[in-house]
This record gives sequence, structure tokens and C-alpha cells, in this order.
Amino acid sequence: MGQGMALQFKHLHMNGIVKQFPGVLACDHVDFDVQAGEIHALLGENGAGKSTLMKILYGLYRHDEGEILLNDEPLNASSPTDTIARGVGMIHQHFMLVPSLTVVENIALGLREEPADASFISRLRSRSVLDLGRIRKKLVELSETYNLRVNPDSPIWQLSVGEQQRVEILRALYKGSELLILDEPTAVLTPQEVDDLFLILRQMADDGRGLIFISHKLHEVINLTHRITVLRDGCRVGSIATQDATKEILAEMMVGRPVVFQYDQDAAKRGPVRLSMQNVESVSDRGTPGLSGVSMEVHAGEIVGVAGVSGNGQKELAEVIAGLRVATAGSVTALDKDITNAEPAKIKSLGISYIPEERMVDGIIKDFSVAENYILRDCTTQHYAANGLFMRFNKIKDACEEAIRAYAIKTPHTSTKIKSLSGGNIQKLVLARELSSDPQIIIASQPTRGVDIGAIEYIHHRLLEERDNGKAILLISEDLDEVLLLADRILVIYEGQFVGEVDRDDVVIEEIGKMMAGSAQHEMA
Amino acid sequence: MLDEIFTASVFAATIRLATPYLFAALGEMYAQRSGLLNLGVDGIMLVGSFAGFYQVYQGGSLLEGVIAAMFVGALMGLAMAFISVTLKAEQGISGIGLYLFGLGMSELLFQSLLGTPRTVSGFPDIYIPGLSDIQFLGIGQIFFQHNLLVYVAFALVPISAFILNKTPFGLNIRAVGQMPAAADAMGVSVSRVRYITSTIGGAMAGLAGASLSIALIGAYQQNLTSGMGFIAVALVYFGAWRPYGVMAGALLFSFVNALQLQINVIGFDIPTEFTVMAPPIITILALVITSKSKEKPTELTKPFERGT
Ligand SMILES: Nc1ncnc2c1ncn2[C@@H]1O[C@H](COP(=O)(O)OP(=O)(O)OP(=O)(O)O)[C@@H](O)[C@H]1O
Ligand SMILES: [Mg+2]
Repeated sequence: MGQGMALQFKHLHMNGIVKQFPGVLACDHVDFDVQAGEIHALLGENGAGKSTLMKILYGLYRHDEGEILLNDEPLNASSPTDTIARGVGMIHQHFMLVPSLTVVENIALGLREEPADASFISRLRSRSVLDLGRIRKKLVELSETYNLRVNPDSPIWQLSVGEQQRVEILRALYKGSELLILDEPTAVLTPQEVDDLFLILRQMADDGRGLIFISHKLHEVINLTHRITVLRDGCRVGSIATQDATKEILAEMMVGRPVVFQYDQDAAKRGPVRLSMQNVESVSDRGTPGLSGVSMEVHAGEIVGVAGVSGNGQKELAEVIAGLRVATAGSVTALDKDITNAEPAKIKSLGISYIPEERMVDGIIKDFSVAENYILRDCTTQHYAANGLFMRFNKIKDACEEAIRAYAIKTPHTSTKIKSLSGGNIQKLVLARELSSDPQIIIASQPTRGVDIGAIEYIHHRLLEERDNGKAILLISEDLDEVLLLADRILVIYEGQFVGEVDRDDVVIEEIGKMMAGSAQHEMA
Repeated sequence: MLDEIFTASVFAATIRLATPYLFAALGEMYAQRSGLLNLGVDGIMLVGSFAGFYQVYQGGSLLEGVIAAMFVGALMGLAMAFISVTLKAEQGISGIGLYLFGLGMSELLFQSLLGTPRTVSGFPDIYIPGLSDIQFLGIGQIFFQHNLLVYVAFALVPISAFILNKTPFGLNIRAVGQMPAAADAMGVSVSRVRYITSTIGGAMAGLAGASLSIALIGAYQQNLTSGMGFIAVALVYFGAWRPYGVMAGALLFSFVNALQLQINVIGFDIPTEFTVMAPPIITILALVITSKSKEKPTELTKPFERGT
């Protein structure tokens, strides 16, 4: 595509942007710029103001002060309609696709198609009848040019997150975005998908587009971008050229202190078996086999890591243990009790904590306050409610404030609605809640996805601490580095089965990589 | 016995009686697909049926009656949009408020302008040439001997399906009802879409009222609709938010209505309570079945806020 067309985009300047939310100064005189052909990273802790700055640029939020110049002309957008028309596109942290609509329909949404010719009839036609056939054709061409494969006629709810991401990118390309904002596009992708995405992004930059890339993964930022700008608490800390950046420098700019990337840990003091699964089978959301005969054990005082490429049964594994998905065969035992297909409430009451993968959906109630979400699972206990009936508001507030301090959650108040917190801060709150009840067994699904490095450090420390206190921890993560860092024992999952088990001390990364890709299945048996 | 009940005239009445349900429920479907639940349909129907009737009663043409009914309906739909989109009020409550307003308003107008039930000569039946004399299975009588509004109501079914599924406007409606944030991010104005659907829904509810007062019955009396508007709201769920589903529901209910009339006519003795109970029971059963529909506007009743 791009090669033939001359692109208009030269540069973008945001000068002195200020944005005040109730109780939070989200952007405090921020300067930011992007040049044509550049991939510019925006870094910062959870709640630093990255998404807010980008939503201002895209026309979703109105800034209180400052100016935005696109190719030296003011961009006075009152809604995305204006910015889209000027060639700005955005891929949001939480995907903006309508689940029941097909890929083509999602792309057609809000599209102003050029009429075939200038006659009144064809102008009327293009406004009043959806020409999905035409859109589809152009879409297929685009997806071939950029090697973005996706079935144009599938409804979105049937697509994996990686495919949904491709739809988002295709849509931006389709709309002729020359300045593309990507807000944590890699948070939910597998390593292979990330590599594919980077190829596409580099190609787009080579075409002369400008790209803004937000991520909490420093190695990605160093690997992909040309320049890096760091925000902290709504202020711009500074910008550096990527070639001069190291993980350590960036981490310190973000957090304001040095961050440790490697932990000293004692050998695990393995206790008795706490959680075990015998030949468990289950069905995935799409009706295909999710788990096909899974057996494993987790002992007290150890972290068992489940490594694997996303969509190989991790979600089903966690949900079966938590009682949220039916096991069609086999048994699950926890603390010497059979919990196969038991009620989630009963499983929780036994002392099993579950940190769900989809925290925005399964972990919180959006319209509840921070404090209400914090006590969600324990709201009837004596601690928070006298006789299980009357709320002890002071206790609730104190406990919640305690958690906010411990996990450095950025929120103006405990009574703020949780949906106005930044993505990473919501995740921290769920985590704080799940670890607060002193569980015996912890099931952690992607516990650090979308969380900033300062918080990752804290969460890792907490998990290791729990391990040393004799808790049994099952860590399910698609981030292999995280599994290698924390787990005492690593199980590799592939197509709903464990295809390998490796002890912490015998790790050969290449071997694990091969098992994750399913090519080492024979070694198991 | 059975052939006395299932006569061609019962089926013809089924078609005829489906008209007000169809207008009201198709209109409500637009609103619901965009995420707006308007429980005030019955109130709009009442005011619409009065407005249409009074226009004709005063010597206006039937077309003027229809326009008057649709106009006041559209105004009430607009009011509903203002209350629930702009003011973001709780939709369940504002809908009931709108119903009570319509009930009171139509009552007041009736008392002060008519006093007692009156009649007009409404839309005449149109015999479709060639088709209306088909004797086979009574097809002519059942399908082709109705007034204009009956034909219009049924024509609106495929038209609505086309609008929803094949036009940019329909796409916007579906997106706004399921994921307003996505529509907003793509430059579609969520409020605008909801204002439009609410106004269309209101106009169609007004037309539904007129189809009673100046077509089906040709008369006006207090509380003419006797709750048909509420059934229309339920029909949208029943039809799983699809035009043809809504039509199937409308036919089912009007069939029950027609049977009820016929059973009374032949003097067969079953307690009328049974026929009164049928609609809610059918609705509840249908709700159980349709609750998993993929077309369901998941944002129904939720106001949209972008942040600031
Ligand atoms: N709509 C809103 N209303 C009120 N406060 C908000 C709103 N959106 C964001 N904030 C606040 O503004 C601050 C910046 O949030 P923002 O989402 O920009 O952070 P972020 O840098 O993108 O973080 P993350 O890495 O967690 O996504 C946060 O403290 C957040 O609570
Ligand atoms: Mg963000």
C-alpha cells in the first residue's frame, strides 16, 4: 500500500499539555513530539498519564492547557472524527471492537466511504447502503501487503486476542492512519505474535508513518523504537535515544530509584502436597478440547510455573481449579479435599486464592469503588462486617488504604470508582485483594500483565515471600522470563497437555522454547 | 368445534391485530438495539392514538391523522432521549414516567375534548386486485383484504431488517448498543444515534396508537391500548432483537387475541383468565430462550460516558 501513496505526515508536536481529573493531575505540562518514520516509545509507571496523553491526542479527552500541532497546523479536535480525518489512528489498551460484528463490519464502523463517482445516485448509495464487498476487497489487499492474516467474515468474539489485534491494526491502516498510537499492544500477545507485530510496525515506519508505542516491557522498547520518552506522575522526566538506553537507565527514570531485575532466593523448602490434579479434562469456550488429561502436584513452599504459548489450556487450567469451569473428567484435590467441580465460594473458603487473567472482566465490578472492590471476596467476614451483616466502614477504609500504600496503587481516594483508575492500578488492586486473605494455595494467572516494573518487583517479592511462608503457588504466565525467574519447577503446557517438566536448576531455555512450540512432545512419556 | 375456532376470519383477525404490536415493537427494537430501553411505549401509543383520532374527528384527513400521531410520538421519543441520554437518568424509571404522563395526558385530553367515546370512519379495507379473491385456504381473506396500515406494518419488517443489517446507520445502531466506547472511538456519535433511534421508536409507537384508533377500531375511548405497549416492549426481547423474530412474536400474540375474541363469539366456556395469562407466560418462556442471543444489545439501559 503505502509505497505508492505519498504520505502527508511530517511531524507532531504536543506542547505543555495539562489535564486535570477530579483529584488527579494526569498530565502536568507535558511536551511530546513524533517525526515521520520514527517509532517513539512512551514509558512510565501505572497511572503516569500515558493513556491520558494519547487519548488527548486522539481527541477522546479535551486538554485543559497546551497545544497540539500536526504538521505545524493546530489539531483542534473535539472528537476522534476530526483526528481520524487528519490521519491519526489509535489502538487502545482495551480493544475497541464490537464482539457480535464481523471483522469487515467493525472496519466499516464510522467509515466515510468515497462514492464511486460524483453523481447524486452514487453519493446517496455510498451514504445509505453498506458496501461491505468493496471494503472486504480492500481489506484483503491490505492484509496481504502487511501479512496480517485474519478471516474478514468472522465475528470478533470468535477471534483470539492476537487476531483481534491484527484487526485493530488493519482498521488503522484502512483508515489511512499516518500517525498511529499503540497503547500496550503487546500486553496480550504471544512472543511469536510480538515478533510478527514488530515486523509490521517497522515496515509502517519505513513507509514514513509516525508511531507511538507504549509498553511496560523494556526489552521490547529497546528492541523496537528509535526514541524513548518517560513520564512519571504526569510529568515528563526526559527523552533519550534508544541506542543510549539500557534497562537499568530506563527503570530508574521511570521509578526514580534503581530497580532489581534478579532476586536472590533460597532453595525451596518443599512441604506436603497441597494441590493436585489427576487426568483432568475440560472444554474451551469455543467447544474444542481445552485440557486433555492433565496431572500435576503443587507442594507447600514451592512455586510451580506453567509456561506455554497463550491459548494452550492455561486459562482452562486455572478456571477448573477455581471452580469456574467444569472438569469433564478427572479430579482436583486441594488440602486433602476433593474439590472437583465444587462451587467457587467453597473453593475460596478452603483457602485458595485466584488471580484471574482477565481482571477487567472477572476481577472487578467496574462501577464499584476501590474500597468495595477491595473487600469483594471477604465482605461478609467478621473483620469487615459485624455479625456478617453491618459493614464496618472504618475497618474497610483502613484495610484498603493499607493495601493502596503497600502496592503503591494510584487512586485519589478509596471511594473513587475503580473504572477511572489506570489499567495497571486496577490489576494491582485485584492482586492486593487476593493475597490479603492469607491463602494456603495461590493460583496466579499472568499476575504482572500490564503492570509497571516497580509493581512487578513488588509482586514478585510478595510471591516469593508467600512461598517462603509455606504457601503452594501455581504461577501461570506467558512471560517465560517471569516463569524462569520465580518458579522452582516448570511445567510446559502445549495443546492442553503438559509436555515437559524441568527443575529450576536444569533449565535450558532453548529446550523449553521447543517444548512450548510443541516439537519436543516425545521427550515426555 | 375446532373448525368453528380456527376459521379464516380468525386468521385474518390475527394479521390485522398484529399491526399495532408490529409498529410499536419494531420502533422499540431500534431503540433497544442502540442501548435504550423505553418502557413508555404504551404511554406514547395512548397519546398517539388520541392525536390521530382527534385530527380525523375534527375533519382532518386520515393521512393528517397519521402524521399527527407520529409527530406527537416523535416528540415523546425525543423527550425520552433527552432524559436518558443527555440527563443520563435511570431508563426504567423515566420510561415508567413517560407511560404515566401519556396515560394522564390522553385521559385529560379525552375528558376535555371528547367527554364520551366517539367513532370515526377509519382506514377502509383495500382488496388487492387478483389476490383478494383467492379462495384456496381462505388466503384471499386472510392476507389481502386489509386496511393500508396493515400492509405498511408488514412491509416495515423486511425494511427494518435491511436498515439494521445493510446500512451504515444500522451498523452504527448495533455498535452503539453493544460497545459504545468502540463506536465513539471510531467517530460515531453515541448520543446522536440514540436520539435518532428513540425518536424513530416514538414516532412508530404513535403510529401504532393511530393504527388502533383510526384503523382497527375507528373509535377512541379511555386507555384504548390497555397495555399493548408493554407487550410490544416484551416482544422485542421475544424476537431476540431481530425484525422477523419480532414479527413472529407479534403474530403469536395477535393470534391469542383473535382466538380470545372468537371463543367469546361462539360462546364457548373457558375462563377468560386463561387467555389473559397466556401472553405473560409465553413472554417469560421466550425470555429464557433468547437470553443468550448474540444480537442482544449488552449495553441496554446503560448511559454512555466517555470520561471528560
Ligand atoms: N476518566 C478518568 N477519570 C478520572 N481519573 C482518570 C480518568 N482516566 C485516568 N484517570 C487517572 O489519571 C491518571 C493517569 O491515568 P492513565 O490511564 O493515563 O495512566 P497510564 O500511564 O496509561 O497507566 P497504565 O500503565 O496503568 O495504563 C491515573 O491516576 C488515573 O487514575
Ligand atoms: Mg494506560
